[in-house]
Amino acid sequence: MTQFSVPWKQSPPIEHRGPARGIVALARFVYKVATPIVSRFPGPILIAAIVFSTLAVWAHWELFGWVETIAVSDLNGSANSIWGQSLTVAEIGAYLESKSVFAGGILKYLLWPLQMELFRDLVGLAAIFQLFNLIPVYAIWWERKVAGRIQSRMGPMRVGGWHGWAQSFADGVKLVAKEDLVPAQADGMLFRIAPYLAFVPSLLAFLCFPLGSYWVFRNVDVALIFIVAMVGVEVVGVIMAGWASNNKWSVYGAMREACQMVSYEIPMTTVLLVPIMTAGTLNMVQIGDMQSGGWFTWNAFHNPFTFIAFITYYIASLANCKRAPFDLPESESELVAGFHTEYSGFRWSLFFFAEYAAMFVVSGLAVTLFLGAWHTPLPATWAFEENSLFNVLLNGILFSSPFWFIFKCFIFIYIQLWIRWTLPRIRIDQVLYSCVQVMFPIACIALVGHAVWMVLLDGTMVSTVIRWVLGLMMAAVTFGFLSVAAFGYRNGRRMVGYLAVKQLPGS
Amino acid sequence: MSFEEICQVLKSQFGDAIEETAVDSCRPFVVVNGDKWGEVATFLRDDKRMGFDLLRCITAIDLLADDKLGCVYDIAALSAVSATNDMSIERELAVRVLTDRNNPQIQSVAKLWAAADWHEREAFDLMGIDFPGHPNLERILCPDDWVGHPLRKDYAHPLEYQGIPGTTEHELKSPRH
Amino acid sequence: MADTIAPINPADASAPRQADVRTEEMLVNMGPQHPSTHGVLRVVLRTDGEMVLQSVPHIGYLHRCAEKIGENVAPYQYVPYTDRMDYLAGMNNNQAFALAIEKLTGLEVPERAKYIRVMFAELNRIASHLVAVGTYGLDMGAFTPFLYCFREREMLLDLFESACGARLTYSYITIGGVTDDLPDNFVDVCSEFLDYFEPKIDDYNNLLSYNHIFVKRTGNVGVISAEDAIRYGLTGPVLRGSGVKFDLRKAKPYEIYDRFDFDVPVGLPGGTAEIPRGVVVGDCWSRYYVRVKEMIESVKIIRQCLRDLPDADEKEGICNKKCKTVKLPDDEVYMEIENPRGQLGFYVKGDGSAIPARVKARGPSFCNLCVLEYAGKNCLLADIPAIIGSMDVVMGEVDR
Repeated sequence: MTQFSVPWKQSPPIEHRGPARGIVALARFVYKVATPIVSRFPGPILIAAIVFSTLAVWAHWELFGWVETIAVSDLNGSANSIWGQSLTVAEIGAYLESKSVFAGGILKYLLWPLQMELFRDLVGLAAIFQLFNLIPVYAIWWERKVAGRIQSRMGPMRVGGWHGWAQSFADGVKLVAKEDLVPAQADGMLFRIAPYLAFVPSLLAFLCFPLGSYWVFRNVDVALIFIVAMVGVEVVGVIMAGWASNNKWSVYGAMREACQMVSYEIPMTTVLLVPIMTAGTLNMVQIGDMQSGGWFTWNAFHNPFTFIAFITYYIASLANCKRAPFDLPESESELVAGFHTEYSGFRWSLFFFAEYAAMFVVSGLAVTLFLGAWHTPLPATWAFEENSLFNVLLNGILFSSPFWFIFKCFIFIYIQLWIRWTLPRIRIDQVLYSCVQVMFPIACIALVGHAVWMVLLDGTMVSTVIRWVLGLMMAAVTFGFLSVAAFGYRNGRRMVGYLAVKQLPGS
Repeated sequence: MSFEEICQVLKSQFGDAIEETAVDSCRPFVVVNGDKWGEVATFLRDDKRMGFDLLRCITAIDLLADDKLGCVYDIAALSAVSATNDMSIERELAVRVLTDRNNPQIQSVAKLWAAADWHEREAFDLMGIDFPGHPNLERILCPDDWVGHPLRKDYAHPLEYQGIPGTTEHELKSPRH
Repeated sequence: MADTIAPINPADASAPRQADVRTEEMLVNMGPQHPSTHGVLRVVLRTDGEMVLQSVPHIGYLHRCAEKIGENVAPYQYVPYTDRMDYLAGMNNNQAFALAIEKLTGLEVPERAKYIRVMFAELNRIASHLVAVGTYGLDMGAFTPFLYCFREREMLLDLFESACGARLTYSYITIGGVTDDLPDNFVDVCSEFLDYFEPKIDDYNNLLSYNHIFVKRTGNVGVISAEDAIRYGLTGPVLRGSGVKFDLRKAKPYEIYDRFDFDVPVGLPGGTAEIPRGVVVGDCWSRYYVRVKEMIESVKIIRQCLRDLPDADEKEGICNKKCKTVKLPDDEVYMEIENPRGQLGFYVKGDGSAIPARVKARGPSFCNLCVLEYAGKNCLLADIPAIIGSMDVVMGEVDR
């Protein structure tokens, strides 16, 4: 019998040395301990995680606020410096004693760092990073569920129990544990850097993304330009990845991405000028707060041109974050996987995260600039004033800004998913045609038309009427969409039909 | 036009080049001399009475007993191209062209029927028949460095290809076929 | 679009070329492992940026010497090998080989078996076209129609399984009849399936065929004229997409196809109520749509089969008893049938023994694929999957 010999050199199994050995042992231990627990009680763990993180946010909020009151009102009232602190531990201790707070002896050491800006920033950064991680994780899970529903199947059902809620975490563990392959002929350094260059800009975009009037890490005056720039920088990582992979399909993907980017950035940024002109500022918080007066004050319904701008922006944003029908850089039926053909494991997951984070960012921009930001469809003045428990609860549901912001963003992410699982992909020449010859003229018309409208008609009766008409139209569309969805949910079985073959002897 | 009439036309046109007409066969065929095959094929396609525009299949056959290799051409003439009426097969014909086993050469018809391109490459690959006049006569199914032509009756199965064993020790000891 | 390409021959000095944007051609290997080559097809593309200047198909990665095997086994033993050629249309392949042997040896087939054969050939045509339509959507980037098509195909496979126990490689239609009679309630369940299936075709049309992007992607792409289609020996939906109404079931009815009433769909020019604007005869969309229409015609044939299906005859059985002992005369036969992909022909040459002297399969995919070099030049890279997908090749049969 002929013995097979492998023509390539086989590497020996990896033996970890030094601290890596300890890390591996720790990982194995955690895996052994955690696996039975997680698989046994997935539901309680999910609920506990949600409750705990809510409590953590609330506790931080309260503690920060409390330290503010100590520092400002009760003691000498001097403001915090950036690095230093106005209160010593002893002063805090004295204050706590005067209020006879429980366990003040220990608490004073815990409260002391909270007055430092640096510490607050670190906590804020950690929160943003978690948000940045959780949103893609759940967007991926949700995409799989939505795709399953659209395609008359179930999607993930196993991991974690209830509808596979932990599927993305399991995938993440798998991806991190996979071998990090770098092709032999690839440009090693560029290949390794590229995923971070795609990942970090999306993370940075979250830094000045307001989730509410006060829920913003850095309230930057040029926030909008910063975010658009960060979304645009992502392309560098993609091109670098495609080029460094030393794979022709990857180069195709990279070139397509570059092509698509320069075409769609132009109409996208052009229509972004429309809400800027309306608000007169680049500050996202101010643009958001302009739209606090309920459904009919939202920018999209300001006049017909803002509405056109909103639609144009949404289509361009699909191209911007490489979603179908503009997913040419990674179109799997033509380019295998496009620019990330050669990537595996963790680096691949970075691209994946960047894509889903970008989906959230562009949806967030659409929501902030056009659709009332973090405000409810109800006017903000309707919020309850009295601080009874019931009112606080109702305000929390109806007027909670992060909730509404993320809810609206996910509606737009849902529409992106819906489009992806319905439409075929368009061709590169059609992409360029639709950009240069269709979208860009429309964007220019919207921009000029809006400028003229602002000068001639803003504040007149016509403007108000048009605003109401547009608002009611959009409300009708939304309501129609919801009723169709509800009808489909109730009658899906009947519409799809029952399996015909069920009682044959062989089946 | 029946098979006999086609044979008569061919015989009157080419005489001795039509070596045999197997009328009694399950599927009647004519045997054409290999030297004249190019002309006969052109006639079959272009003549008004023939008009065989569809080449259905080329089958390479090995007649080991006669020390010959050959090709069987199945051709058909369709009725006029139409998008509204169902078209039919007006005439069909099978032509067998034989060639010497030691130096097998048959005139290529790839210029006449584009469909013959791959069929002839396949016959070259698997039966080792050379087709002078073929634009790109290469192996098509087997790898380029394959030795021998597998469909010949006297083909010896290779025991190894590029270090990959072609058969097992057990099969060598007890051949099934 | 094809007219605007600059000549690629560097010796051609008259070609307009900007000195500062000189580009080089790139050779790209599409396949053998590529998502949209439907198996192990390898196409070498000579590209200039996104433009494909030439595409040369290379085949043979799935070559299994099926014809050589045919010279070593008795015909009834060879039937399972025909399943493995076009594995998406096993019934039709069985039928083609069985008909060839029956014609050569003069075996009689029971009347009921003839109906069952036609019925299963048509059911398998639907199953095969469902895969073709679904994967064509997949090639164009639309995932969902693929899953819908497979949902329906699953029910068809259940029907096959109930009849013969297999879901992909059936060997159900065998020499002299079929291997086993139908299960008791087959007629009811099959009609139930047809009632369920027919409206679904409208769903595919609404979701995919008339989708604006889909029409833009496939209309006027990879156009093959009727003359060229015949010259290249194309058959099946690829030929009919070029506006040639040629179907062996009508042109030269084999089995009992002359007893049924059905239509042969062909590619038609766009701009009408049924065919959208932007479609020309012989393009990818026409080839695709011919398949969709053929499913409707198959449903018609199956309904007529179910209506006319004769009762089982105890004496005659469902399969000729001599099928395994038959000797092949010293003669030859060439039998073609209309497979879902085109005309599948079997050339069988006997030498008086029980084992054929030569078996040759004329695969429709093999013959249809050779037009890729003609159709797949001077187009965009994204058109190549569109063209390959519209050919609907099955590599198992191309390589045999």
